[in-house]
Amino acid sequence: MRRANLNSWLLAAPLTGVLVVFLVLPILLIVAVSFWSSNEFSFYPDFQFGNYEYLFGSSVAWKVFGLTFMMTAIVWALTLVIGFTIAFFLAFHVRTQKWQMVLFLLTTIPFWTSNIIRMISWIPLLGKNGLVNQTLIGAGIINEPIQWLLYSSFSVCLAFVHLYTLFMVVPIFNTMMRIDKSLIEAARDGGANGFQILTNVIIPLSKPGIMIGSIFVIALVMSDFVTTRFMSGSQLANVGRLISNDIGLLQYPSAAATAVVLLVTVLLMIGAMLRLVDIRKEL
Amino acid sequence: MEKRPASFYILGTFFALFMLFLYGPTITIAILSFQGPGGGLTFPMRGLSLNWFRELFMEQAVGDIWGSFRRSLTLGLMVMVTTVVVSVMAGLAFRRRFPGSTVLFYLVIGALVIPSILVSLGVGLLFDRTGIGSHWATSAFGAQLTWTLPFGILIMFAVFNRFNPAYEEAARDQGASTGQVFAHVVLPLIAPALVGVALFGFTLSYDEIARTILVSGSRNTLPLEIWGMTTNVTTPVLYALGTLTTIFSLSLVVLVILSVTIMQRRRARNGSDAGRGLV
Repeated sequence: MRRANLNSWLLAAPLTGVLVVFLVLPILLIVAVSFWSSNEFSFYPDFQFGNYEYLFGSSVAWKVFGLTFMMTAIVWALTLVIGFTIAFFLAFHVRTQKWQMVLFLLTTIPFWTSNIIRMISWIPLLGKNGLVNQTLIGAGIINEPIQWLLYSSFSVCLAFVHLYTLFMVVPIFNTMMRIDKSLIEAARDGGANGFQILTNVIIPLSKPGIMIGSIFVIALVMSDFVTTRFMSGSQLANVGRLISNDIGLLQYPSAAATAVVLLVTVLLMIGAMLRLVDIRKEL
Repeated sequence: MEKRPASFYILGTFFALFMLFLYGPTITIAILSFQGPGGGLTFPMRGLSLNWFRELFMEQAVGDIWGSFRRSLTLGLMVMVTTVVVSVMAGLAFRRRFPGSTVLFYLVIGALVIPSILVSLGVGLLFDRTGIGSHWATSAFGAQLTWTLPFGILIMFAVFNRFNPAYEEAARDQGASTGQVFAHVVLPLIAPALVGVALFGFTLSYDEIARTILVSGSRNTLPLEIWGMTTNVTTPVLYALGTLTTIFSLSLVVLVILSVTIMQRRRARNGSDAGRGLV
C-alpha cells in the first residue's frame, strides 16, 4: 500500500510541481501584495487594508462589478439557449452517427483558431462602413450608419457568444448522447408530446452538461479583459480591465486587491455550482 | 425511414444560421485579405491582389511578425510535449485514490476557473520579485501550462474512465513488466486521445493572450504581436496575417483528425488476433 502511494505521488509530482509554482505561489503572492503599500513610483511590503478600503469605498468599482455580473448573466443566458439548441439538434435530430460527428466537428473547429483573429474579423461586418450598415442603408431601412454595432457593449456581448457558445455545446452534447434512448420511447409511449419529452426527460437528464458548460462560460466571462477591451474599443469597463489598468499604472497593490476580490467572487460562484455536479463522474 | 418532424427543419435552419455566425466573419476577412493595394478594412473590394500577403513577407514597418511566429511555434511545441507527458503521468496516478488526490483534483479544476489575469499578474510578480525576470520560455511557458494541463488531465480522466484493465491484467499474467505493460498495452490504446491532448496543448498555447500578456518578457509571442498591431495597423495586412494563422491552425486540426481516423482504421483492421497467435 505504501509503495503504491509512493508510485502515485511520483506520477503526480510533475503536475503538482507546475501547479504549485505557477498557480498556488503566484496567488499567495497576489494575496500578500494586496496588503502592500505603494507610491507613485514603486510598491513595497507592508500590512494595511487601505487597498481593500479604497476598493470597497469606490462607487466606480461597485459599478464595474455590477456591469461585469450583468454581462456575465446575459452571455450565460444566450450561450445556454443557443448551445442547448445546437446540442439538442445534433443529439436527437441528426440520425446517422457519421453526420453527427461531421456536424459536431464543424461546431468545434473554430475553437482551435485564434480568438483575437476571430474578434478582428467582426470589424468588416460591424464597422461604421461595414457590411451590415452598407446592407441596411442600401435597402433603405436606415439613413445613417448604426454606431453601436462595433465598439459597444453589443459587440462585446456578440463576441463572447461567438467565442464561448462552444463551451456549452460540447458538455451538453456529451451528456445528451448518454441519455438512454429507451427513456424517450417510454415517455412517448406514455403519451408525452415532443415538448413534454424535452422538459420532463431531456432537460433534467442534461443538467450535468448544462452545469459544466455554465461553469466554463461564467469563469471565462467574469475574468475576461482581452475581449472587453478590444470589442468595446476600450470604452467598456469590467473587473478584468480594472485590474489591467491598475497594472498599467504600476499600482500593483491595488490591482492585487481587486484581483483577490474577483478571485473570491468567481470561486464562490463556481463552488456553489460544483455542489450540483460531480465533474469526475461526467467525463 | 420515419418521416422527419417539423422541429427537424426549424432546428436545422437554426443550426445553419449558427454555422453562418461561426464561420461568416472568418470567411469575410479571408476574402478581404485579397484587397487590392488601395483597399481598406471594409468592403467594397478595390481590385484583387496578393499585396497584403506580400507585405507580410517584406521588411516590417511595425512589429516582428516572423520572430514572434517562431517564438510561438517553439513555445507551442514545448507546452505540447510537457502537457502530454505530465497529463499521462497524472492520469495514471489518478487511476487510484492516493492521499492528496482530492486536493490535487480540485487544484486542477481551480486552474481551469481561476481568472486568467490572476495567473498573468501572479506569475509576473513572482518572476519579478525573485529577480529571475520574465521570459516567454520560462514564465510564459509555466503560465500557459496552468491552462493546458487541466484540459489534458480532464481528457485523461475521460480515457481512463473507459479503460478496460483486463488488457493490462492479461499482459501481466503473461509476465510483462510494468514498463512493458505501459509501452505495449496502455500507450497504444490511449494513443488517439494523446493526439487530442497534444492538439489542445499546442493550439491553446499558440493562441493564448490573457495568461501570457504580463509574463512574456521583452519579446512577444504571435498573439501578443497581433494584439499590439490592432491598435496601430489599419490596413488589410492584419487580415492577411489572420488568414494565414487561421489556415495554419486549421491544417493542424485536419492533420490530427486524419491521423486519429487512420489509427482507428488500422486498429479495426488489425484489431484482434484471437485464434491466430502462437499456441
